[in-house]
Amino acid sequence: MKKVYLVSDNIISPLGFSTEENIQKLRANQTGIKEVNDPTIWSEPFYGAVIDNDKLVKAWKKISNDPGYTKLEKMMLLSVSKLIADNPSLDITNSGIIISTTKGNINDLKKDSDEKAYLSSISKTIHHFFKTKHAPVVLSNACISGGLALAIGKRMIQSEVRDDVVVIGGDLLSEFTLSGFFSFQAVSSAPCKPFCKHRTGISLGEAAACTWLSSNKNNVQGEVISITGDASANDANHISGPSRTGEGLFISIQKALKEADLDRNQVDYITAHGTATPFNDEMEAIAFTRAGMQRTPINSLKGYYGHTLGASALIESIIARHCLINNELFASLGFEELGVSEPINIIIKNDKKKLNRVLKTASGFGGCNVALIIEKM
Amino acid sequence: MIKEKYYISDFCIIRDNRVFKNGEQIYVDTESENLKDFAKGIYKFMELKYPKFHKMDELCKLGFLASEVLLKDVENLREDTALVLSNKASSLDTDRKHQISIQDKNNFYPSPAVFVYTLPNIILGEISIKNKMKSENAFFVTETFDAGFITKYSKVLMHTGKASNVICGWVDLDNDKYDVFLAFLSKKGKKELTKEELNKLYRSNSYG
Repeated sequence: MKKVYLVSDNIISPLGFSTEENIQKLRANQTGIKEVNDPTIWSEPFYGAVIDNDKLVKAWKKISNDPGYTKLEKMMLLSVSKLIADNPSLDITNSGIIISTTKGNINDLKKDSDEKAYLSSISKTIHHFFKTKHAPVVLSNACISGGLALAIGKRMIQSEVRDDVVVIGGDLLSEFTLSGFFSFQAVSSAPCKPFCKHRTGISLGEAAACTWLSSNKNNVQGEVISITGDASANDANHISGPSRTGEGLFISIQKALKEADLDRNQVDYITAHGTATPFNDEMEAIAFTRAGMQRTPINSLKGYYGHTLGASALIESIIARHCLINNELFASLGFEELGVSEPINIIIKNDKKKLNRVLKTASGFGGCNVALIIEKM
Repeated sequence: MIKEKYYISDFCIIRDNRVFKNGEQIYVDTESENLKDFAKGIYKFMELKYPKFHKMDELCKLGFLASEVLLKDVENLREDTALVLSNKASSLDTDRKHQISIQDKNNFYPSPAVFVYTLPNIILGEISIKNKMKSENAFFVTETFDAGFITKYSKVLMHTGKASNVICGWVDLDNDKYDVFLAFLSKKGKKELTKEELNKLYRSNSYG
């Protein structure tokens, strides 16, 4: 089967509007999470990672004079426009496009016309803006969407259904999702603290990102990075509670390692889901331990971005690619003291280290899990 | 390209107050005044005893019932049977309920039991739990049933060894209008899986 290369990427987040800006902020251990005072999202101040609208509009005006797009659409279109500008050899019109989002333009549900609240409206927007040949398909698979979209893109290329795939992910920090997570009592009253003893829940964030996957190695400039294994498995246990045994995540990891033909000891680090809810982080620690990987260095990037839902696993995979290229590890921000039952190896300080392989995982509502092996070739 | 042949072994449609299995009408209900009662009628007809059903939102009920009809005669369902579903309205039916519960600051009552159903892939979780399928799941949103894409991706899953079988289809619910089509895909069978064939089956048992 064909090999699949990660060629180029972009991240639009509170930490910056390019992947490089984002990396610089991570290197300085700076977070995008802050106290948000925005009554249109929540009546009281809360901690979250939001994109400054003025900054976004300013960047948007450089690519279009049309104000008739939602905030999320601007974020996504800006992200892909930057990817195209950086990569003259990318033929977006002939690429397969997978859009990863959980709630899309959900704020439009309040409006008289809720046309844009339909997720396919984002597909149409991208289709028209970039004049793509194939209609983009939307994947809405809870918190694993961004990682699963990469897996699906990889499989389409492996099977020669497409030569190139662009995965675009994005979600907003909305009243809709925040109120839901508050009703679950799953929102942290301080910036989130993944895997920490003092964690009390998630911080939400918003972001958009995109990645170009290609079957053509000649498109790659510099270090060659490939997705060599992937798998997704349902817990078949509960729709909103993580499996107590980490079953689906464990199966996903085993299958991804097998496809990549790797032993667990060959993985240099894990960039986990780590939402900082008590149950999720515990489940992940159990799954990593069952997979024999409790000594593998591990981080969660939720302390930098908050939980960006449909964008999160995509952003974390993009960062993983750059960590491989730069041979560096980022501290798991917010972590103080181990707060899971298994002694997993949380990265507490940035580090420079020769890296060849990363395991990226994500888990979500509906009992879904995904694992990706991202590898230096 | 994928050269292996794959097959459609069974299909189920829930549409216009009726349930069809492999093209034949197995249930009709012109009495029920709402979807909830219609779904309950199918549940009784199928002689199901599954208390979790009553907690599901209407979209999940529809997908769940179709999966029960589809899988009724499938023996030894494999744990690595993938689920590839799609629709147009995502979870908007329940999204609207959650939105109503947060619209008015003086009457603010968001509920976790509703919020959890504001994701379309929950239906995949419900079907996986019932059938103990620890398998590949994906939920896509497209403007109309995209037989071409669903055929391609289902073939890719079996071709890359990610799944031995696939349950694919369309489970849509929007403002009480519903349309459900599920198909069971295998590596053996008589009816070859093609975009045209899947589309033909999807369009069967329709009025007008």
